[in-house]
Amino acid sequence: MTLLSLKSMQTNIGQYAVLHDVTLDVPEGGVFVLLGRNGAGKTTTLRSIMGLWEPSPGSVTFRGQDITAMHTADIARLGIAFVPENMGIFGGLTVEENLILATKNGTFDKDRLAHIWRLFPALETFWTKAAWSLSGGQKQMLSVARAIIEPRDLILIDEPTKGLAPSIIDAMAEAFREISETTTILLVEQNFEFARSLGRDMAVIDDGRIVHAGTMAEFAENKELQENLLSLSA
Amino acid sequence: MDQLRMTIERFGGVNLLPVAVALVALVLIGAPSSWVTLTVAGLAMGMMIFLMASGLSLVFGLMDVLNFGHSAFVSFGAFVAASVLAWLGGWLGADSILLNVAALFAAFVAAILFGLAAGWFFETIIIKPVYHDHLRQILITMGALIVAEQIILAVWGGTPMTVPRPNFLEGSILIGDVAIEIYRAFAFILGLIVYIALYLTLNRTRIGLLIRAGVENREMVEALGFRIDRLFVAVFMVGSALAALGGAMWAGYETLITPALGGELMIVVFIVVIIGGLGSIEGTLLGAIMVGLVANYVGFLAPKLALASNMLLMMAILLWRPNGLRPAVK
Amino acid sequence: MTTTPTLGDRAVKLTVLVIAGLLLFAPFLFQDIRSLEVAARICVFIVLVASYDLLIGYTGIVSFAHTMFFGFGAYGAAISLKQMGPGWDAVIVGAIAGALVSLVMAIAIGLLSLRVKAIFFAMITLAAASVAMVLASQLSHFTGGEDGITYKAPQLFKTATKLMLNDEGKVMRVFGVKLNGKLAAYYFVFASSLVLFLVMLRLVGSPVGTVLKAIRENEARAEAIGYRVVAYRTFVFCIAAIIASLAGTVYAIWLKYTGPDTALSFSIMIDILLMVVIGGMGTMYGAVIGAVLLVLAQYYLRDLMGTAAEAVADMPLLPFILDPDRWLFWLGVIFILLVYFFPKGIAGTLAQKGART
Repeated sequence: MTLLSLKSMQTNIGQYAVLHDVTLDVPEGGVFVLLGRNGAGKTTTLRSIMGLWEPSPGSVTFRGQDITAMHTADIARLGIAFVPENMGIFGGLTVEENLILATKNGTFDKDRLAHIWRLFPALETFWTKAAWSLSGGQKQMLSVARAIIEPRDLILIDEPTKGLAPSIIDAMAEAFREISETTTILLVEQNFEFARSLGRDMAVIDDGRIVHAGTMAEFAENKELQENLLSLSA
Repeated sequence: MDQLRMTIERFGGVNLLPVAVALVALVLIGAPSSWVTLTVAGLAMGMMIFLMASGLSLVFGLMDVLNFGHSAFVSFGAFVAASVLAWLGGWLGADSILLNVAALFAAFVAAILFGLAAGWFFETIIIKPVYHDHLRQILITMGALIVAEQIILAVWGGTPMTVPRPNFLEGSILIGDVAIEIYRAFAFILGLIVYIALYLTLNRTRIGLLIRAGVENREMVEALGFRIDRLFVAVFMVGSALAALGGAMWAGYETLITPALGGELMIVVFIVVIIGGLGSIEGTLLGAIMVGLVANYVGFLAPKLALASNMLLMMAILLWRPNGLRPAVK
Repeated sequence: MTTTPTLGDRAVKLTVLVIAGLLLFAPFLFQDIRSLEVAARICVFIVLVASYDLLIGYTGIVSFAHTMFFGFGAYGAAISLKQMGPGWDAVIVGAIAGALVSLVMAIAIGLLSLRVKAIFFAMITLAAASVAMVLASQLSHFTGGEDGITYKAPQLFKTATKLMLNDEGKVMRVFGVKLNGKLAAYYFVFASSLVLFLVMLRLVGSPVGTVLKAIRENEARAEAIGYRVVAYRTFVFCIAAIIASLAGTVYAIWLKYTGPDTALSFSIMIDILLMVVIGGMGTMYGAVIGAVLLVLAQYYLRDLMGTAAEAVADMPLLPFILDPDRWLFWLGVIFILLVYFFPKGIAGTLAQKGART
């Protein structure tokens, strides 16, 4: 079943057209990976879904509801969480405050909190520390934790492995695998190895257009396609 | 050197700056009694300016909106309060402290209510259409300031207006050979109460958490499901009300006010938020106290320099810290 | 952006040419002292507003210190003419001194604040301008304080000076206009303003102007391409400051009086803002149109309001609305509405007109 559907989405930032034609169906469950070169429009796609840029023309449908012109906050309230590229951590707030802000009514669900602490033990350790003092990896963990502190239907994650050490990337992959058992993840990645290990379905975006869509298994087999679309020499 | 810096950091870092200034002034002034009087005056002035500046700083931090018309709220607050005080003149002159306080309270409440209403009007009518356009924002709020000042001129006239003070705030207390004006002490305490209330709201409540988070990263707060724009109207209204309250207190402090008051104070308010760092009320308080102290000390030590002292202070601090003493984390 | 001039473009340029023509022949066309006063003020304000347009229209930064630079130039000339006596050497010294002080202040302010945030700049310039104003009124032995300075202009510009004599040995008249020092002074103002304006026109047409437009359109992109945005902005700020200072010198020579009200007051800053917004930002020609309209309105519309208010004195509300004291109130309202609905001003809106058809 289709959870999120983008139809010929076009997004202009200022006077520059960044997305020309993005059409994409994200099925419910699992990890959907959106691949593409630098500047292909991956981040803009996520931001357009989130309502941070408004696509026009084109439409975004979530569970059959048109959310194209909705306010970002209302989109979030439908059960969509966003983990932006820069992680969007509130540095002046503590880890606890960052998380409590992401809860619906200001209180933690004990089980979910325990679950998060088990996934990311560092967050428990630095619970009362200001978020700016965390390491890059810990900030990323906090950002992801914020997305799953409440039950969500869809999590948009933008390049979570950027600049992280390999050991942390492994931990992140483990966490995503577990999260994806209950929640759909739309993952934007440049790190193909990481993406391949997680993704079930995938699409490639280039110059603001979806140029390929299919399953990750097929794509991983087809070296020529990878070469063409991603300029990867794997 | 590093060790010295660590030690200073441990005792409060830049927060020690006013203390350092006060100590240097004590050495230069020499006479402890004048020093105490000046320090109290500086703290009182700083607190009133803090009230005026806090809203401006928060509004800028939260929405990237710089309101050049902010000083209109200060002027309006001063004139509304002065009018209410004049109207309740009978209560002020009465021997009963209760009536005194009631009149003062009524004047402050009137100023605050006016500030809330004017803030709402300003935000929804004037500023909303130009949220993301700094150039037009500056121009429009400047235009609004011109219009607001003209309204004050039309309503209250151009001649200076005397502000009656309640009896119980007249005169000064003598401690040893040190005289402390009661109104200054009152202004300081009231300012301190407002600061504590603001501080607790920002640090202990969910709304405060949202504001602090919003100052840092507005988009992310929205992506977590909160309508910052609605919160912003509220912050803007409270900021305007605080400016009006600051103006009301300033009116009682000066006892003679003219429509030019807002314009004159605006410069000081700007200097304060620049020194303190935009977006944080701790920074604004620090900046306001610094400006208040330096203005009073320099006014005593070198009256000729007094008017330029704020500007020099700002330049020195900007050279040292281009983003101000305690900017919000961005 | 269209490269071929539109109908509106041509209309704007034609208007500006007509204005230039009227100003050139102003002493002959409008033969009374007040009109000449108005024409000179228009000339000076065209330069002042155009130099402000360099800043606001071509780099998108808002400064409130423009009157301060204007004041430096005016006070420079005033002080040197007062101290050294009326002579060209005093004019030159004053002009250079004013321009130098302006340049130093512009560099200091620019380096201090342009690299941080554009909005800091607006606040800091406002603070600097207010300090300059206070200093001018405080250092009274130097600046004359609130009263200002009265002085004599160079010999050539004295009203008694006869430029040409007729057969009877009296001052010659051409079309009824006395060829005296006053006329020379006006043409000095006109010529200086024209030269300064053409210099600015040349500047915005040069490669520098193209870079400035690129910065205005998209700062991040211009930076990415490799333009040093801060350097360019500081440069423009300095140029604008020097030109404003020279305009101040010219005006000081014309008025033979310099005081806080004529050279430093914040109301001049507001006038400049109004003129540049009404005329149209980022066009240069807009400055001409805005300055003409507002100066004319200041001199004539205000009187008209007063007369109108008296005429309707018996009616309710109307006299209150038309009271000349309400003048600035209405200007403020018009200003706000213009920024909302016609942010391009008269020149910009006109220039677009042709493009649409």
